[in-house]
Amino acid sequence: MTITVKFFASLREQIGTNQLKLTLHTPLTMEQVWTSACPNTPLPEYLLMALNKEYVQADAIVKEGDEVAFFPPVTGG
Amino acid sequence: MKIAVTDQPLNPWKELANHEALLKDQAGKWGGLATFIGTMRDYNEGETIDALWLEHYPGMTENYLQRLAHTAHQRWEIVDTLILHRVGQIYPADTIVIIGVWSAHRAPAFEACRYLIEELKHRAPFWKQETCSQGCRWVTTNTPPYSAP
Repeated sequence: MTITVKFFASLREQIGTNQLKLTLHTPLTMEQVWTSACPNTPLPEYLLMALNKEYVQADAIVKEGDEVAFFPPVTGG
Repeated sequence: MKIAVTDQPLNPWKELANHEALLKDQAGKWGGLATFIGTMRDYNEGETIDALWLEHYPGMTENYLQRLAHTAHQRWEIVDTLILHRVGQIYPADTIVIIGVWSAHRAPAFEACRYLIEELKHRAPFWKQETCSQGCRWVTTNTPPYSAP
């Protein structure tokens, strides 16, 4: 199954891409998706994450076709 | 209720007047409009800032702002809300954000307006990158959520 993983702002620059596709063989948690997408980068403490454009925690389960996003603390307004 | 994220310049006075004109069917129902208008400063953390790049998460940002507005309507007696936010390249004195809350009374108007800007700044997925004499840097300072008085 394929999922989309997006990165924003300073995290996009750190990872070096704004988006990638991942093929999963079983459902994974958000934290496991991070490890699969960025195997050489430990999960940053400050990291925020979203699943299908809703905030979730690291133990949320990701399934076929989902859109995952990782990003740093927000600074709008 | 109107929520929008735009890469076009915002004129707060026109936007507020245009939105209020759409509320003519409810004229007489509100007794006040509380607003917050955020404008780009030309300095931050001891540096002169020449420009700002504002990034967002399309779709999630709008959904999040919509949810904030719905929550405000459930929590306070308000007639209508307007939330507009810039993205893209902006310069000092440009408007970044406009929040308007129309209500029968000033207390819910002020409080809902404060709720909307504090929660937007705390959690809505926008990110600022400043351009200064030493190059570009991402703003990293997040602000606390709304707390009731």
